[in-house]
Amino acid sequence: MRNGRYLSGMTIAVAAVALATAGSAHAQLQLNGAGATFPYPMYSKWFSLYGKVDTTSRFNYQSIGSGGGIKQLTEQTVDFGASDGPMTEEQLRAAPGPIMHVPTVMGAVVMTYNVEGLKTGLRLTPEVIADIFTGRIVKWNDGALVKANPGVELPPRDIVVVHRSDGSGTSYIFTDYLSKVSQNWLDKVGRGTAVSWPVGLGGKGNEGVTGLIKQTPFSIGYVELIYARSNSLPYAMVQNKAGEFVTPSLESVTAAAAAAAEKMPDDFRVSITDEAGPDAYPIAGMTWLLVYQTQRDAEKGKKLVGFLEWMLKDGQKVAPDLHYAPLPAAVATKALASLAKITTTDGTPLLGH
Amino acid sequence: MTFHAPHASPSPSNDVAVRDDMTTDWVDVTPMLPRRPRKNVGDLIFRGLTAAAACTLVAVVVSIVVVLGWESFGAIRKFGWGFLTTQKWDPVANEYGALPFIYGTLVSSFLALVQAVPLGVGTALFLSEMAPSWLRTPVAFLVELLAAIPSVVYGLWGIFVLVPWVRSTVTPWLADTLGFLPFFQGPSYGVGMLTASMILAVMIVPYITSVALEVFQTVPIAQREGALALGATRWEMIRIAVLPYGRIGVIGAIMLGLGRALGETMAVTMVIGNRPEIALSFFAPASTMASVIANEFSEASSDLYVQVLVELGLVLLVVTMLVNVLARLLVWRVGDVGTAGH
Repeated sequence: MRNGRYLSGMTIAVAAVALATAGSAHAQLQLNGAGATFPYPMYSKWFSLYGKVDTTSRFNYQSIGSGGGIKQLTEQTVDFGASDGPMTEEQLRAAPGPIMHVPTVMGAVVMTYNVEGLKTGLRLTPEVIADIFTGRIVKWNDGALVKANPGVELPPRDIVVVHRSDGSGTSYIFTDYLSKVSQNWLDKVGRGTAVSWPVGLGGKGNEGVTGLIKQTPFSIGYVELIYARSNSLPYAMVQNKAGEFVTPSLESVTAAAAAAAEKMPDDFRVSITDEAGPDAYPIAGMTWLLVYQTQRDAEKGKKLVGFLEWMLKDGQKVAPDLHYAPLPAAVATKALASLAKITTTDGTPLLGH
Repeated sequence: MTFHAPHASPSPSNDVAVRDDMTTDWVDVTPMLPRRPRKNVGDLIFRGLTAAAACTLVAVVVSIVVVLGWESFGAIRKFGWGFLTTQKWDPVANEYGALPFIYGTLVSSFLALVQAVPLGVGTALFLSEMAPSWLRTPVAFLVELLAAIPSVVYGLWGIFVLVPWVRSTVTPWLADTLGFLPFFQGPSYGVGMLTASMILAVMIVPYITSVALEVFQTVPIAQREGALALGATRWEMIRIAVLPYGRIGVIGAIMLGLGRALGETMAVTMVIGNRPEIALSFFAPASTMASVIANEFSEASSDLYVQVLVELGLVLLVVTMLVNVLARLLVWRVGDVGTAGH
């Protein structure tokens, strides 16, 4: 009986929402999107700001995860998608039309830990990180760790590895990095939003990983830079390709993307982990909005391209406020130029109209 | 309806007279029966509505099974029964085995029952048999309030309160006292099977307690007084009068709790450690079917990966059904034994 009442309540609520949306659709054109959770704070900020720039459109974004975003875009139930990892060839083939990746912002994945006395600035080499996460290094005072951290006292205790238990773009960036720096990792585990972790405990979401690390002495794990910053977690400097130990920051992430800018492919499907460049932080990643190159609905297409243009110009300026790294100028310019490829069904470009 | 005639039983036909077998006198009970109109529109509507409600629920269950089966068909065909018996879970290599999750679900729920049944039934017995009446209502209310706490709150409480306590106090004590058993060996991180089962136990106690309390309160006073009149102590009265009478109801209460434990997702995910591995030690991290679905579904991108997760949902449904069927059989058995014994 109670369930019945709850259900009818739900029906009324759904009907009310449907009516409300139908009502406002007359005034504004609503564009629906779904996908990645990592850039969600940035996107919602952008959509609210853009609502003031163009009052005739309204953007609605559901942060259901990159996989879900790609699925919904492929089924054309949303007007745009968003993903933390580039779509695979297989996924692109499954879509009914060519899909473009538009880079938006970048983020870093930082190594955080809970060892009494260790503050931000533990020095980690790629080999050490890979060995810890494959279970080859099991003690904090392992020779390789001591060698990278002269003068730092490391306890003779077991390392507790913590990773994400949920599928996530953060895990994708981290495992992509490990796959580049360690052949052993590539052979045994590989890259993905969820992988078969050789060792460790799984925490759900950044908050789950953080909770486990805070509650578990001698643990180490990875979270997004934004998350580590806002929760005052200690994080490590990571040795990059040039041999420098780099502190993760918005600048060192943008430096990584700048290093990648020269060889940026035309479809922007690129990984910026382990980039060259003395200032580049090696565990960094890009996130993308996904749009169909041919827009079925010319009106919506026009609004969408208008937003993308604004996002690549003015939108980039507000990214650092939310601790996201803006695109390097070269990449933003290249992305702007690519918007000209988005057309209506009869081939008319939508940019600038 | 109440028959005032002694030893009255309704006759099979629509006659309104009831025969008293002892005296062969006919007693007219017509004035005592409520009038039954042949056709009542309200009754018909009510009947239609309830029938529709029942049919809807059946249709929902059937369609869930059909959709789960349909959506996971590819995975079922690819992995077959091997899905249920293999242990490797590697989304990158597209190799999936459900055994660690089935094991984790069953063991964590069973361990939760081991803790929650004495706690829940004990609380219900105390409230129904021993507690002063001014204490009964507030305590029963507080226990039921436990059921109203959202599971994510339980999870957070688990991470910040239970996990450190388990690591620093519970597991060292268990390792000291019961460490000769393989279940209580190995390193303890605080998160793991044991902690998950403890959270589950707290979550299902209110279900067990409130249903068991209701059941105990239906035990006829006369039966209790009879036991006491025979010289039973309070404990003996509970043992011979209350517990046998409430046995079936209590088993029902426990099964309700078990159903909740099998499907619980959020709180378990936050404290179980999410490691798809079968470890004998209860200190070790584990993973359940519900938690892996919640963890990996949103980012599952390949078709096979999604199908496998849907298949896990199907397996969870079947496991829950099997457990319920077993419980029903148990209730029947116990019921038979109970009536045979009396």
